Parts: sequence; C-alpha cells; structure tokens
Amino acid sequence: MNGIGDEAKTVEVLLVEDNPGDARLARESFRDVNESIRLHLASDGLEAMAFLRRQGAHIRARRPDIILLDLNLPKMDGREVLAQIKGDESLKMIPTIVLSSSESDADVSISYQLGANCYLRKPAHWDAFNDLVNDINNFWLTKAKLQRQMPGQ
Amino acid sequence: MTKQVLLVEDSPGDVRLTREAFRDVGMSVHLHVANDGVDAMAFLNREGGHADAPRPDFILLDLNLPKMDGRQVLARIKNDEGLRTIPTVILTTSEAESDVASSYQLQANCYLTKPVQLEEFEGLVKSISDFWLRKVRLPRKPQS
Repeated sequence: MNGIGDEAKTVEVLLVEDNPGDARLARESFRDVNESIRLHLASDGLEAMAFLRRQGAHIRARRPDIILLDLNLPKMDGREVLAQIKGDESLKMIPTIVLSSSESDADVSISYQLGANCYLRKPAHWDAFNDLVNDINNFWLTKAKLQRQMPGQ
Repeated sequence: MTKQVLLVEDSPGDVRLTREAFRDVGMSVHLHVANDGVDAMAFLNREGGHADAPRPDFILLDLNLPKMDGRQVLARIKNDEGLRTIPTVILTTSEAESDVASSYQLQANCYLTKPVQLEEFEGLVKSISDFWLRKVRLPRKPQS
C-alpha cells in the first residue's frame, strides 16, 4: 500500500548529531522500532538550521515532526540551534528533544530555559541506546500529539 | 527521591483516576491538585494558602479550566523566568489541531489527549510517569 494515507503517516524526524557512530545507531534503532519514520540527519548546527529554513541544498526539505538535538556540535552549538528554533515563530512548535551525553545540571537547566521540550541523556552503550530510541518512539511518536503540518509549511 | 507533581484539573473524576494511576506506578510521587487556573498560579507562586507549597518537578495541565483558562496558565508559566523550566504537559480531552498548535506555540513541553476508556487512561498515566519521571532529565530546583 502506497496510498496518500500511508504517506501522511510518515513521521519526519530530524536528528542533529555530529558523531557518525551515534547517527548510525540512531538510524538502525529507529528502523527497527518504527518503519514509518523517515530520519533526516544534520551533522552540525548550521546544517540543521539550513534544513529547517530550507536553504541551500535543503530547498526541498520536509518540515520535521520532531527534532532530536545533540548539544555539542561543530559550527553552531546545539544551545544556539535550540535558541534559534524556539525564537522562530514558525519553528518553535516543533518538539525539540535534547539528546546529550552531558550530565551537567547547568546543561539540563539551560536547555529547558531555552525551550527544549525534554532532555534525555544519551547512553554510552548500544543496548541502552536502543532502549532510548524505543522510549522516544513509544512516548513522543505514539502517545504525544504532535502539531500537524499546516498547508504551505 | 519523591517527585512533586502538580495536576491542574477541575474534574473530580479525572483527579481521582490520575491519583490512583500514579499510586500504582511504583514510584514515589507526591501529587498536588489545583482545581482551577487561579489556584494553580497561587500554588506556583506560593500565595495565599500555598505559602509552603513545594516547587513542582512536573506539571500536568488541563486546558479548559474555571477562573483562569489553561492556555493562560501555560502562558504565565512559560513567561516566568523562575517557572518556565518546569516541564508542563497538556492533558486534555481536546483533539482540536488549533489547541495542539497554540499549546506548542505557548511552549507546552508536550500535548496529550485524555483517553475516554478507563484502562487507556491508566495506561497513559503510567507512560507519563515512566517517561517524564524516570527517563527524562528534569531540571534541578534552583537554589533559593
């Protein structure tokens, strides 16, 4: 079945992650838990903003339903990406989940201050990483109601 | 450590269901209830009878409330430097796209619809506590 209804059910996820190993783990884990997810990868903060604003090579980029954002990124820091998303009237409604290996209370606090929808710690081990992707899928992509893409967006 | 949860809900039935579901999740949750928006803000600002209220770790907020609407409560929380870091999750019967959009616009941390079926409601409260109170890193309380 490849009808219009199926296309509408595709969940667009933007992962902002500079570590190729973590990006690959995330891609494989998401593929295992939910085949309707389309994962887009931006490997630095500038690329993430270009994707979200459909600039340069990203002119046809889909608006993500949800964003997974690492904090420590090259070119533009994840905190700055978060501030730009949450300061932009047309992007701020996209749930943005910080996914970071940082355990610092300051990073948790500043993320919520900047408008992160939630903060999850990125685990070091593969098994735990798989569990985390499962948790994100079960809660954010199953239970939570996300803002539907409006015509023209 | 006991998690302090503020439930802002005017329906006594939903309050009771939520309380029972939290009791069954097997973790230490202290559920505080505000029955309208004005009471919720008094609790958060420690006014009136709420002088000794703890700062909640997590807020569950209905949208349709007497005295002060949930949207207004949300806007006040998210515009307050001291309160805005508290994760505030909308739990409402409304499935209207406009409510979803305006809640995220006002910086709700998440939007959930209340299931009508009792068992599903219990399941949702379990998911909330498992995800938000166990998996998510919540902000530490600011030193006061």
